[in-house]
Amino acid sequence: MEVYLIIVLVLMILGSLYSLNARDLLSAVVSYGIVGFGLVICFLLLQAPDLAIVQVLVEVITLIIMIAVIKNTTRKELFTGYDAKAFVSAIVAVIFTILFFYVFDKMTGVLTGFGQHLTRMSTAYLEGAGVTGSANLVTGVVFDFRAYDTLGEATVLFTAVVGVLTVLRLKGKKKGK
Amino acid sequence: MQGMTIIVKKITQIMAPVIFLFGLYVIVHGHLSPGGGFAGGVILAAAFILQILSFGSILPSLRREEVWLELLESTAVMGFLVISGLGLLLASFRIFFLNFINRGTVGQLLSGGIIPLENIVVGAEVCAAITTIFIALTVYQDEVTQ
Repeated sequence: MEVYLIIVLVLMILGSLYSLNARDLLSAVVSYGIVGFGLVICFLLLQAPDLAIVQVLVEVITLIIMIAVIKNTTRKELFTGYDAKAFVSAIVAVIFTILFFYVFDKMTGVLTGFGQHLTRMSTAYLEGAGVTGSANLVTGVVFDFRAYDTLGEATVLFTAVVGVLTVLRLKGKKKGK
Repeated sequence: MQGMTIIVKKITQIMAPVIFLFGLYVIVHGHLSPGGGFAGGVILAAAFILQILSFGSILPSLRREEVWLELLESTAVMGFLVISGLGLLLASFRIFFLNFINRGTVGQLLSGGIIPLENIVVGAEVCAAITTIFIALTVYQDEVTQ
């Protein structure tokens, strides 16, 4: 399984690299789709069908919206060339990448192996079916143990819609009637 | 927004009801099988977006649908709060999100207390939200090109 995972991850990295360098914005968006759909395969390989369903749907709808935006604006990338700022940003990015890898390496040595839960809470979550009455553990966690999170997510989505409508509404509601 | 060719329209006529039904199935069976409110809501939104993309639409009807979708979304968020607040009311103001309905047998469709209700409400909210974003972009484009 891990071999397949590595192949998919390498494909995802290649897709994102191509989408950074593509001249045509449409092909950049399409190759960025590789990342999303590769993530779907990763979720399926790691046995998380709930996440895979949500990811594939969100990826499709995001692609549709982004392609609609590109069709209505421009397909050319407005690129002016590198300046001094770009080199500073690149150096900072490299330094932070090395730092993150170092800290990540230190941290993962301390934790238990992948898939082995250690904390008290995850053991309680795994008994969710009997406690919450939901056969699907993910739903049990999302709507019972961590319902506050779900309330927050719903609020975030609501706020996003209000923001989009606020930005995009040109004429506004008519005054009076 | 312009519609597409007869092939796309015909396939949409066949597929959109199936997609819609599948979204309802995923929402209602959220506490039994993989899926749930978020995934099912996005499937429902996909059915609506497919219809708007393939058949096209005119500005007034889009505006009308936008109003109804905003109403549905606000009602759904309100419903989620009401369901969670009812638990607070029944537990003498101590437990938010109390599962106050009988949980029943694990694995049956009518079980899980308030979890299926929350799934349905969140599904309606997600469907309305994503369709509203899509319609807002379409209306914006039509308003600009006019």
